[in-house]
Amino acid sequence: MSTAVTVGRAGPTSGRIAPREAIHHVLTVMRRNLLHIRSDPEQLVGMTIQPLMFLMLFVYVFGGAIAGSSRQYLQFALPGILVQGVAFTGFQTALGLNIDFQRGLIDRFRSLPISRSSVVAGRILADAVRVLWGVLIIAGFGMLLGFRFHGGFAGAIGGIALATLFGITVCWPMAFIGVSAKSPEAVNTWGFMIILPLTFASSVFAPASTMPGWLQAFVKVNPITKVVDATRGLMLGGPVARPLWQSLIWLIVITAVFAPLAISRYRRRV
Amino acid sequence: MSEPAILAEGLAKRFGKVRALDGVDLEVYEGSVLGLLGPNGAGKTTAIRILATLLRPDAGSALVGGYDVVRQPAQVRRLIGLTGQYAAVDELLSGQENLYMLGRLLGLPSKEARARAASLLESFELSDAALKTVKAYSGGMRRRLDLAASLVGRPRFLYLDEPTTGLDPRSRRQLWNMITGLVREGTTVLLTTQYLDEADQLADRIAVIDHGRVIAAGTSDELKSKTGGQVVEARVQPLDMASVARIMTEVSGNEASVDHDSQLITVPVGDPGMLRTASRQLDEAGITVSELALRRPSLDEVFFALTGRPADGEQPDQPDIEGSTT
Repeated sequence: MSTAVTVGRAGPTSGRIAPREAIHHVLTVMRRNLLHIRSDPEQLVGMTIQPLMFLMLFVYVFGGAIAGSSRQYLQFALPGILVQGVAFTGFQTALGLNIDFQRGLIDRFRSLPISRSSVVAGRILADAVRVLWGVLIIAGFGMLLGFRFHGGFAGAIGGIALATLFGITVCWPMAFIGVSAKSPEAVNTWGFMIILPLTFASSVFAPASTMPGWLQAFVKVNPITKVVDATRGLMLGGPVARPLWQSLIWLIVITAVFAPLAISRYRRRV
Repeated sequence: MSEPAILAEGLAKRFGKVRALDGVDLEVYEGSVLGLLGPNGAGKTTAIRILATLLRPDAGSALVGGYDVVRQPAQVRRLIGLTGQYAAVDELLSGQENLYMLGRLLGLPSKEARARAASLLESFELSDAALKTVKAYSGGMRRRLDLAASLVGRPRFLYLDEPTTGLDPRSRRQLWNMITGLVREGTTVLLTTQYLDEADQLADRIAVIDHGRVIAAGTSDELKSKTGGQVVEARVQPLDMASVARIMTEVSGNEASVDHDSQLITVPVGDPGMLRTASRQLDEAGITVSELALRRPSLDEVFFALTGRPADGEQPDQPDIEGSTT
């Protein structure tokens, strides 16, 4: 046992955590979560292969039937599949937080003199990187398959930015599920029950106008429809103003509701 | 005597209908080890979690290094290190990355965090596995890393919640040595355990906790003498066990306990002279014993005497009263 283990301990200063320290804590937690990808490369497969699979299956299996040709359908579906793909990234947020609770790591973090929200914020920041990765992979692969941005450079950047922003926003409700659910299995159950119907009952794969009235009523208010319509408009060139501001309002509302919920749940969970 | 460095008074905590803590008082002096001893569900972990600012007590108060755990949690967190029941380390990081991350979170500059991680890994004999993912560590290695993790901030107070549960004897002894080393360097330790030998081995003072209350406290010796002094122990042939148990019960006036596996019969005695009486009575009954001795009680027996049941978490035998069984 070396004597270096406990000598020279730091004395307490005050209870407050300076903003600069808090940012440093968030970045440290973010780094930790990104390092996970290296030891668990399957996460990368989930983030990369899964949306590509969706893209291929939908475009080549249903594309001809839905849009007359898979080439035409690719133009329609890519922005939607982009949005759906990032919605699933939120699972990493939920599962990661839930597993940290199970393993007792959250107790360790909470017994440290760091702000409690920095653990959640660091998690989401790391997931923002994953979201951006997913968006770029799908967009790049789509282009290889023949997708073309018709909305100009600004539209392409705008569409990618909106999809990314949406992906980050979805992390908050998923974080809430992650800290509330009793087990990773429960996270999966709740996550799928929410994400799957929300992404399918939207304009991701087909225009709302082709659906029965009762479904249209839901699809038209579904925030995912707004985001998909705006992303599509930006990427393909078309009407964007209305879906864009509606999307942004939704994103703000979702974050304003679920970020405080997730953080307060995180603080209080035993 | 000086003020205790950790002082808890009347801690109470309820989870639904369960009273996890029901008025617990604790005192831990600087540089000493308090062992919180009790079976599963006695309230040990709840007490530690309150002192670690992870739980708010429903009633009572606690000061750690002079800071109130409820009103000044941030100051308390700067003083403590916590090692929980599960090795709370990040499985997907290497040992080095775990310690480095904690160093950074505790405000160490990058270079110092790296040096601190390296010196802790060396102290805990993990240098060889420093760059391996924790997933590949053995149970004992995880616990050592967990202990190292709670020391990154050089805590004045170290909380160890059942640090050796589930470890093999060798890893257990290794961890004990490490804890003893930390105490020698001046760390104040609050340790929970359900192993009596662990409390005996590590703790300066022991608080026996059961059903959320401290039912006895003192040094190991004090606890042992508090519960009727000594024990007579006889090792006999299997066939003689019943009659020996009867004789020893008669002589001592206490219920003798019979362990069929080791063929040992033990009974607490108030008066050491009982040994001679027992020996004579056994002689008269024509029973030869291979071993008959007087010794101090083990903490197991102390716990049994205090609670009326063994320390392994079993509930006392319920008498068959009507309505209790179906």
